[in-house]
Amino acid sequence: MTTTTDNADLTRRDFLYVATGTVGAVGTALALWPFIDQMNPDASVIALASTEFDLAPLEEGQGVTIKWRGKPVFVRHRTKKEIEEAKNTPLAELKDPIARNANLPPDAPATDENRVKDATGKVNEKYLIQIGICTHLGCVPQGEAGEYHGWFCNCHGSVYDTAGRIRKGPAPRNLDIPPYKYITDTKIVIG
Amino acid sequence: MSGHSTYEFKNPVARWLDSRLPILSVVRAQLVDFPTPRNLNYWWTFGGILATMLAIQIITGIVLVMHYTPHVDLAFTSVEETIMRDVNYGWLIRWMHANGASFFFIAVYIHIFRGLYYGSYKSPREVLWMIGVIIFIAMMATAFMGYVLPWGQMSYWGAVVITNLFSAFPVIGDPIVKWLWGGFSVGNPTLQRFFSLHYLLPFVLAALVFLHIWALHVTGNNNPDGIEVKSEKDTVPFHPYYTMKDLFAIVVYLMVYAAFVFYSPWYLGHSINFAPANPMSTPAHIVPEWYFLPFYAMLRAIPSKLGGVVVMFASIIILFFLPWLDKSKVKSAKYRPLYRQFFWLLVIVCIILGICGSQPPEGAWLRVAQLATAWYFIHFLIILPLLGFLEKPKPMPSSIAEAVLGKDEEAAKA
Amino acid sequence: MKAIIRLFTALGLSLAVITGQAMASGSERKNAEDYDFSFEGPFGKFDRAQLQRGWLVYKEVCHNCHSLKYIRFRNLAEPGGPEFTEKQAKAIAAEFEVEDGPNDEGEMFTRPGRLSDAVPSPYPNEEAAKAANNGAVPPDLSLIVKAREGWDYPWYISPIIKLFKGNGGAEYVRSLIAGYQDPPAGEEVKEGLNYNPYFPGHWLAMPPPLAGEDVEYADGTKPTLIQEATDVAAFLAWASMPKMEERKRIGLMALLYMGVFALLMLMVKQAIWSRIKH
Repeated sequence: MTTTTDNADLTRRDFLYVATGTVGAVGTALALWPFIDQMNPDASVIALASTEFDLAPLEEGQGVTIKWRGKPVFVRHRTKKEIEEAKNTPLAELKDPIARNANLPPDAPATDENRVKDATGKVNEKYLIQIGICTHLGCVPQGEAGEYHGWFCNCHGSVYDTAGRIRKGPAPRNLDIPPYKYITDTKIVIG
Repeated sequence: MSGHSTYEFKNPVARWLDSRLPILSVVRAQLVDFPTPRNLNYWWTFGGILATMLAIQIITGIVLVMHYTPHVDLAFTSVEETIMRDVNYGWLIRWMHANGASFFFIAVYIHIFRGLYYGSYKSPREVLWMIGVIIFIAMMATAFMGYVLPWGQMSYWGAVVITNLFSAFPVIGDPIVKWLWGGFSVGNPTLQRFFSLHYLLPFVLAALVFLHIWALHVTGNNNPDGIEVKSEKDTVPFHPYYTMKDLFAIVVYLMVYAAFVFYSPWYLGHSINFAPANPMSTPAHIVPEWYFLPFYAMLRAIPSKLGGVVVMFASIIILFFLPWLDKSKVKSAKYRPLYRQFFWLLVIVCIILGICGSQPPEGAWLRVAQLATAWYFIHFLIILPLLGFLEKPKPMPSSIAEAVLGKDEEAAKA
Repeated sequence: MKAIIRLFTALGLSLAVITGQAMASGSERKNAEDYDFSFEGPFGKFDRAQLQRGWLVYKEVCHNCHSLKYIRFRNLAEPGGPEFTEKQAKAIAAEFEVEDGPNDEGEMFTRPGRLSDAVPSPYPNEEAAKAANNGAVPPDLSLIVKAREGWDYPWYISPIIKLFKGNGGAEYVRSLIAGYQDPPAGEEVKEGLNYNPYFPGHWLAMPPPLAGEDVEYADGTKPTLIQEATDVAAFLAWASMPKMEERKRIGLMALLYMGVFALLMLMVKQAIWSRIKH
């Protein structure tokens, strides 16, 4: 049944087994990729990833929620009072001192100016554009509510100010600002 | 499965688990140490190939369901636009699934004919064989319903023609067809139930495969010499001998499969299925997928509607009785000179039936199909029982070891 | 390869004569003329310039009646296709009016096309298409090359020819578009239909779409009838199989890998079985 083999032969065979096993494992791993990648957003979803919005019809004190990538985006034409409140808040009072603005470097401070800056660096403090998802666990906060006159999340009581910055409650971060830019003075494209 | 292994695991965790749930010793006994005849040839690798194809079909199928929409207005678009054009690697997964069905059937036909050639259906493997026939039927039902899902012209008209088969039965026929359709024609309810069942049946298949392997491991493998295992000298452990041989065969088989998936992905399908289903207009030639063609030929060979349906179903049902129709004591065609010739004649007849099934049922084609259908039944119902009495088998070796090693060496060792 | 196919064809045809086999009944037609498109074969790729010319023919001529609903303008800029620049694709999209809405007032409105839009259909619905074309709906062209076959051969040769030459869908489109003729003497003229030897049954509703010089090619290619037909056939082949280049590229890597792995497995299997006599 068995044949005698010398040591050199044995090592050569061991090498063959290990090499084959490795090649097989690498191939299987590569073949897995399509089955994982198919769950990522497909080409049609990615193509729809930008939304245009006309700000002109929005009156002072009016806010709307529009859909971008299936998520609510708050667009608010802020009143002078709201802007003043946001500007007068010292950075030291903020729970989260980072701007969380996708158009700025990740360490930009959460000044009011940085909350309304678009991808080209244009600042229009009248319009605040932010993703309407509480940074705690994903609920949509209510507008013009809460003790800081900004947003209030019913789910777990997070309170945001008039610049969408977290002031109280369990949420860890300010509301996120999506990537956007002004294509005219009153028209933005999000994404 | 058959008795417990007495294997003692060295690893304490393995020993702890195994004394509570002997899953490791079952795997060890059935997939590692399992004594397997040492003379199995490459025709025996198709069992492993089939298991691989079933796994590929289930995995690609689950993925496709994530993107497919079972609705008459959206099914075609969800396949041809979303899956084929937008989903990352959707085209690859779709073509793997579509060609996977064909390569599943290629393998199963080879597997079945291997069983016929070497007499694998004979005692004590009758139950193993019959479970196999049930698996074959379940495969056909699954494949048929799967082909309907892309909702192209051939999908639709295939569904119409095949479901109408049931209308052949007197009295109960029409109510059955309406029940199958969930309406007065093939429509959205039909598509949705086919989708549901197409998803369900592969798991039933997997369970049947488990039973098939269970039955196999009770009796052990048949082998090219058709001699039962007598001693340990007749066998080798399943691992590494047959794991590595099967794995090699699987890779080679998958290469052929991949060549079709990547270079001729719709060669085995029908062009007209790239046109969306149109219930108002039937394409010029309605032809089922290639793996149904022999049965389709039998269906159309009989000039009566009910007769055709009965003959077609009978051609499969007859396989259940095969273990008792074949009266020969000898299993392998290797030692049955007459049966061997009739076996190859049957293979040719089945191929002829397949060709007839792809042609319009007129003139010479119809007559050829009728003759071939008749021969199919004559083979099983007359030739096989007669051969048991008429045929003089060739002398056989006394054991597998003798067949492999030769008489002298065997004697020397003993 | 060519020689083999020719040999098989000759063999098949002579067999057909001997057996008196009728080629096809009822839907008789001439086989499409074989043509070596750049995308044929295991390493074939689309000719970008040709696809761009084909798009022009589709847009200027075919689009008057035929939709192309599975092609989105962004596809025109994707790798493996005509590969217009994104800027060009955006400009092409903007030439089309796309229906969108409803807007805030609940009204549908039109706007210039964007990259994410599908090529808009020339008719608002199937009934309108039918009414405008004497009851024959012009088929959508997104999958036409895959949905049509260019040639019929006898049963004993067809599987082999089609394995090497494919179904001939692109050749069919090319031959059909450039192949209109006067009906042969003795053939009964069918009112409202046009004679074309490549069409199954010979009479089709579509009038000759191209005459030559129908478009002006930016790359200076002379827009003869057959040139236009070839270009649009190539473009429609791409529209039918936009992932073809990716498919062939991945296929090559997969097969090479599997070849190496199969060889290694064979060696492993031999090494193991050499332990015993078998």
